[in-house]
Amino acid sequence: MNEVAAPSVFRPPPVTRALETAAAWLLGLLWVLPLVYAVWTAFHPAAYSTRFELGAPLTLQNFVNAWNAAPFARYFLNTTLLVTMVLAAQLVLGTLAAYALARFEFRGRELVFGLVLLQLMVMPDVLIVENYRTMNALGLRDTIVAIGLPYFASAFGIFLLRQTFRTVPKELDDAARVEGASALQVLLKVYVPLARPVYLAYALVSVSYHWNNFLWPLIVTNSVETRPLTVGLQVFSSTDQGVDWSIITAATLMTSAPLLVGFLLFQRQFVQSFMRAGIR
Amino acid sequence: MQRLRAQATPWLLLLPALALLALFTHWPALATVWDSFLSTPKRGRPAHFIGAGNYRGMVEDDVFWQALVNNVVYAIGTIPLSIALAIAMALWVDSRLKGRAFLRLAYFTPTVLPMIAVANIWLFFYTPQYGLLEQITHALGLASHNWLGNRHTVLGAIIVVAVWKEAGFFMIFYLAALQQIPPQLAEAAALEGASRAQYFRRVLFPLLMPTTLFVLINALINSVRMVDHLFVMTRGGPDNASTLLLYYIYQVGFSFWDTGYAAALTVVVLVALGAVAFFQLRVLDPRTHYQ
Repeated sequence: MNEVAAPSVFRPPPVTRALETAAAWLLGLLWVLPLVYAVWTAFHPAAYSTRFELGAPLTLQNFVNAWNAAPFARYFLNTTLLVTMVLAAQLVLGTLAAYALARFEFRGRELVFGLVLLQLMVMPDVLIVENYRTMNALGLRDTIVAIGLPYFASAFGIFLLRQTFRTVPKELDDAARVEGASALQVLLKVYVPLARPVYLAYALVSVSYHWNNFLWPLIVTNSVETRPLTVGLQVFSSTDQGVDWSIITAATLMTSAPLLVGFLLFQRQFVQSFMRAGIR
Repeated sequence: MQRLRAQATPWLLLLPALALLALFTHWPALATVWDSFLSTPKRGRPAHFIGAGNYRGMVEDDVFWQALVNNVVYAIGTIPLSIALAIAMALWVDSRLKGRAFLRLAYFTPTVLPMIAVANIWLFFYTPQYGLLEQITHALGLASHNWLGNRHTVLGAIIVVAVWKEAGFFMIFYLAALQQIPPQLAEAAALEGASRAQYFRRVLFPLLMPTTLFVLINALINSVRMVDHLFVMTRGGPDNASTLLLYYIYQVGFSFWDTGYAAALTVVVLVALGAVAFFQLRVLDPRTHYQ
């Protein structure tokens, strides 16, 4: 992102300026308040979960308790496998399809593109009843593959890569072909390297989406071996833990931590990626 | 031979993606429509054609109407507010405000967190007696209130969470758009004697229109899709006051296992999404090409 602020040619009176700064900050504080609150509760003994005293003792016990109360290690593994698998499939399938749509002339191309874009509106998230039936028929229910499979072909990814591939100069393509490269070689040697920033952008968006996805995994899994973190957290916090807020918030922070830490470390790339993914 | 190969190449490239799209998007969408005319299979009685039976049941189903109305309220409550906040956030982060690096971080953070996880935090926030909100209202001398337990406030409480979650996401798109606008426009407007409000209303806002429409479409889809927090915070209650369509589909399909009716409910959602698509293609797209 551009760090140079927009030039302020309009000079509002100092009072207006101060009020605006105050409003912006108030909103910012409101926005981080839930998170700050969660951090407070998770790092203090239960007795202080709603008593805000500066001298309150710090503790990691809530995290230890949460970690021991449910198979979170397994959930972390499941989610990691899931997001890796989904991303790998999306990148490969998306690259191939985007290349065909961007650089080949063939009958029915517009129709195919339309059929792809349809998924932007009719997302797998909504087709849970039928997709559950399909997974049952395929014998895939309660597997990690079943969680990811409906998302392998991503209209968003195909669209994004198609737009990028179209900006690659046709001359580069032609030159490679004259030298005898096959379509696949041209794709790998010319297009993919040029689209690297878009791949990074898409990867960040995809990983955070599937790390956070909940409804479909909830439906299609029902064992510890397949459940991703989101579903594991829900099972954990809705059962016998009942009211032990300190442990639940600790578990909540734990499940969000990798994304949150990743976001804090790579903040600029994150924001830039989302921006890049959003510009059409 | 050469020609044939050249024609086959794009189809081979498309094949894997198209096959999966067909299996998990096109086929289920069509199958949903077909299944909505079938009964739910029961022990010893396979699914059979019942015509509009599921739809007749839907018309008489109070919970369905409640979910539909709730969903409309949810959309109206979430979309304009989050878009307005997103614009304000983008303008602030893009200006010379003190601490805008922190603000950008603060606004955007909810976007990267799992909804199901932050719903736990918000649940605690709203909890009667010892939740944070109760402590604040108590300190101000206000009466105690069970925000999630009261049918008049529960939907509002859910909407607040949704706005909090997506405003920062939409901000990013506005930020991207603002950085594409040449600064000379503001200078010219200032030279002409326009005030900052005039510049925003007459120049900036119209230029941001394509972004607003893009965000609007996303927000409309989100108002159908974003139901995760219901699982943690309300389970659609009390008394179905916070049930949304997708959540109701989940209940009907996977708690009551009434798949025929769940298919009919899904058709309603598909029609709504189709209406959004139509609106985008026929009404919005022709108009946004002026940019």
